[in-house]
Order: sequence, then structure tokens, then C-alpha cells
Amino acid sequence: MFSWLPHFTMLPTQVLLGQLIVGLINGAFYAMLSLGLAVIFGLLNIINFTHGAQYMLGAFCAWLMLQYVGIGYWPALILAPLVVGAFGIVLERLFLRHIYRLDHLYGLLLTFGLALIIEGLFRQYYGSSGQPYTIPDALTGGQRLSFMFLPNYRAWVIVASLIVCFGTWFLIERTRLGAYLRAATENPALVQAFGINVPRMVTLTYGFGAALAALAGVMAAPIQQVSPLMGSNIIVVVFAVVVIGGMGSIMGAVASGFMLGLIEGLTKAYWPEASNTVIFVVMAIVLLVKPAGLFGRAT
Amino acid sequence: MAQGAGTIHARDSGLSPRARLAVTVALLALAVAAPFVFYPVFLMKALCFALFACAFNLLIGYVGLLSFGHAAYFGAAAYVTAYALKAWGFDPLSGILLGTAAATLLGAVFGWLAIRRQGIYFAMVTLALAQMVYFVALQAPFTGGEDGIQAVPRGYLFGVIDLGQPYAMYYFVLAVFLIGFAIIYRTIDSPFGQVLQAIRENEPRAISLGYKTEHYKLVAFILSAALAGLAGSTKSLVFQLASLTDVQWQMSGEVVLMTLLGGLGTVLGPVVGAFISISMENYLAQYGSWVTVIQGTIFVFCVLTFRRGVVGEIIALAHRFRVRARPPPGEPVARPAPGE
Repeated sequence: MFSWLPHFTMLPTQVLLGQLIVGLINGAFYAMLSLGLAVIFGLLNIINFTHGAQYMLGAFCAWLMLQYVGIGYWPALILAPLVVGAFGIVLERLFLRHIYRLDHLYGLLLTFGLALIIEGLFRQYYGSSGQPYTIPDALTGGQRLSFMFLPNYRAWVIVASLIVCFGTWFLIERTRLGAYLRAATENPALVQAFGINVPRMVTLTYGFGAALAALAGVMAAPIQQVSPLMGSNIIVVVFAVVVIGGMGSIMGAVASGFMLGLIEGLTKAYWPEASNTVIFVVMAIVLLVKPAGLFGRAT
Repeated sequence: MAQGAGTIHARDSGLSPRARLAVTVALLALAVAAPFVFYPVFLMKALCFALFACAFNLLIGYVGLLSFGHAAYFGAAAYVTAYALKAWGFDPLSGILLGTAAATLLGAVFGWLAIRRQGIYFAMVTLALAQMVYFVALQAPFTGGEDGIQAVPRGYLFGVIDLGQPYAMYYFVLAVFLIGFAIIYRTIDSPFGQVLQAIRENEPRAISLGYKTEHYKLVAFILSAALAGLAGSTKSLVFQLASLTDVQWQMSGEVVLMTLLGGLGTVLGPVVGAFISISMENYLAQYGSWVTVIQGTIFVFCVLTFRRGVVGEIIALAHRFRVRARPPPGEPVARPAPGE
């Protein structure tokens, strides 16, 4: 009758490592999504609730291209983020720019509304069930390591997401464009006075964040089913990750994303019933111990 | 950042005491006569959600805290009440009280955690904590998983009044709503409520005046969660059902929508918003996911051009007719730009 309690028995190494790999994969998605949220929040001061929908759009874009045009995984990895990024730019121009001078909460409500519209439309046309997306030929199969079997596609997702995260960090922390961006985060009026087109930068930043979410979506397509609900399922967890990490730093977002993925994987190995809630529990503990978040500055 | 909440304002109706009395009597008469004209189950559903939205509005409208996880208290209370009535054979009143107590306790714990962060983070924390309740409801052995707890007996109120009768049930729900509404109204009007509004307008100033704002926020949060729970418990009695729909984040979004549509920070706005929203759902039920699309569209529309909501607009209009010389109270003059 106490089957729901944790069982700290010795697990076979293979099971444990398998769950850790799954955790790393989830962590890769958490990292990429919270990275996009942090970039958008930095400049726009908006928590982008549409982020989950944009992640879903990326996956659907890839699926639709394969289904109806015959465009495969590799081109989709470039094209889907471009399409969703352009869509993000349209959203920013049409809706978001009207509310920058309002209370931040309105930004959350507006992007929540947009997410409902996008998700509702896709549910109407494609139903709630998932569509399968096959792993590209080059990445099928796996490596038989001495201690476990590592599917190639999963290895690719982990490596690719690390590259994406590092690339974004480099772009923002080490390039001139990134310097403008950080300056505009601190003081938009001053940066504008130096002759930099801040509104355009804001628009492009939102587009970039949306594209990042879409890229994560394409990468997730072969692992998860492509479904209209995939975005809203993950976005709440990503919010918790963002609260834990704090949105002050890029590296903080990435590190907490991977860390929480691993914690989730470990929990899945030892106490499967709690794996859905463990991230929220970690969030509660972090709020108690370090309310500003692990990498955050006090607000 | 903390002052950013200052753009969500409470709007005083500015009615004279006599006019206010007239409005109250008219609305009460309407509520008493309504079940003879409209379908009682529709009215009961609308009243439950109206109370839920009023409880939510107490936080966003009068303290400036956006909780995106109020479904947790609504749903948890619904589950506890349903379980107490069905499995333990509680009578309806103690079942509802137990559900409300559970929501109060949950609100105390979650509120204690969430008030450590402000603004947008507060919204995300409440949403994430509520999602935890959802997963518990999904997996726990006593919640019935995907099926929920069905066929909850309504039982006999005080052991005599058969709540299986639609009219008896309706007037019971109306009484619960009025009690909840009166508590909220009294809170807003009290010195305690004035401090809450001061916190919303300018928290640092309230702190410098010597108020322990954390305590005030926590008490308001607990009260709001308790009343949301009262609404949820009553709802599970009306529909004889507690299900995952009650704890999902979509439910949290819906109560935000009702309040926004009716008017943030107005006393009657959430009630009006709930009635509009529930009627809309009734008419659109056959169109599937279009309901979600339309709800999203209303969100976008309200945020972009209709931030006062229905009741807020009526109040603003009334002010414009009455005094042209004086600007309406509670109207934001200038809004701070981001980063200032």
C-alpha cells in the first residue's frame, strides 16, 4: 500500500544512466526555452507566455513541411525558426509594442491571450493527439557504449543545444550587437540618443527569441509527438526554471535548465510518481532559501 | 518596479448612498427572481464563477498581485468537498466548510512562498505552484485521475432541505455567493482594505509608513484563496463533480479573463465578467476549440483597448457625464516608461 513512496533500492546502472540522458534532453529544452524567455524579458520587460506556442509552432512547421512539401529535418532546422521568427516580428509590431508603457502584468496577459489563440486554432484543425515525426536518416541508430546504449539523435540534441546556448551567450556577452542590447536593457533612452534604433532592436530581439523557441520545437519533434498541447505542457515548467535561475544572466538560465532536467531524470529513476512535481518543489525550496533565484539579482 | 502595479486602479462607482442602495435592492430582486426565467444550473454555475472571480479580483484589483494559479484553491476545495460528501458522507455544509478550510491552508502555504517575489515573478510562482496541485490531482489515489470524483451526493442542508431540488439548491448557492461577496466588500471598505490599496499604489511608501506589507499581502492572499475555495466547493456540489478541469491552468486563465473583461478593481466587474464569460461558453460549447480562440481574442482585445472592462467603462462614462470639470478619480495620468 505504500507503493507511491520512494524506493531507494540499487538501480541497475543502465536504468539510471538512461534516465539521466532523458533528464539531460529535457534539460536541453528547458535551457533553450528559458534562454529565449530571459533574452526577451531583458529587453522587452515582458514574460513571453506565447513562448510555448512558438515552440509548438516550430515543431508543427517542421511536420507540415515534411508532410506537404517534402522538406526534411535539416532544412526545417533553419526554415522553421525563420518562419516562426518572422511571425514573432509580426506579433511584436501588431500587438506587443502598444503595451510597453503599461504595467508589466499586461504583457503577460496579452501574450497569454495570443498563446490561447494559436493553440486553439491548431487544436481545432489538428486535434489534441500527437503526430509522429521520424528521426532523420543520418541520426538513426545509436552508439553501444560499454555501460549503455546511446541513441544518436539524443546525443545530437544535447550537443546541438549546448552549441545554441553557447552561441547565444557569445552573441549577447561578447559581440558589439550584444553590447548594444545589454546597454538598451539598462537604459533605452540613452542608447537611442546614441543613434541606435532601439525599437527595431526590440522587434528583432523578440523575433530572435521566438526563433529560438521554434528551433527547440524542431529538435523536440522527433522525440515527442508533434501536438498542439506540447507548448503549454512545457511552458509552466520553464517558468519554474526561470524563477529558480533568475532571469539576470544567460548562463544562469542555461545552467538551471540543464540542472533541473538532471534532477527530474534522477527523480524519474528513483521515484517516478514525483517526477512531474519535483521541479516545482525545488522552486519552493529556492524561494525559501534564496528568494531572488540562484543566479538572480534582487528585484 | 514595485510601483509598476500602480496602473491597475480600483475604481469607485461614485454613487450616492441612496443610489447604491437602489442598485443593491434591484440586483437582489433580480437574483431572487432569476431562476424562474433562466435555467437554474446556468445561474448557479455563473454565481460560483462570479464568487471565484471576486476572490481573484481582491488580489489583483486591490493589492495589485496577479495570481496565475487560483485554480489550485478552487480545484483543491472542489476535490476535498466532493470526497468528503461522497466517501465520508459529510452533510453539504460541513463538506463545503472542509473544502474551504483546505483551500485556506493551501493558500497560506503558497501565499507564504509566493509573496517573496513581486510582479511578473509572483505570477509565475503562483502558476508553477498551482501546476503542482494539478499533478497531485492527476496522480493521487483518491482523486479518481482522469475521471475525477463523479456523482457527488448533494444531500440535505441542515438535515431537512433537500438540495436535490433545483430551486433549493439555487437559493443555497445564492446565499453562499452573497456571504462571500459581503466578506469581500467589507474587506475592501475596511481600514485593512485601505492599507492593501496603499500597498498596491506604492509599496515602499507603505513600508516607510510602518506597515508590515508582507503580512497584509499574506492575509489578503489567504482570504482570496479561501473564498476561491468556497466557490470551488459550492461548484462541486452544483455539478456533483470535481474533475481535473477545476485545477488546470486554463481555469486560472479563465478567472483572469472574467475579471479583466468585467473590470479589474471594480466591485461588480468580476460578477459581470463571469456572467458574460459563462453565457459565452454555453452558446459556443458546440464549436470546440473555437472557445479557446475567442477567449484569447478577448484577452488581446481587453489588454489593448478595453483595460477598464465593462463596469470600469460604465463608471468612467458616468463620471464624464456628472462632472466635466473634475477628472475621474483613479484615472492614471501618466505611466512610467519601462526602465524608469
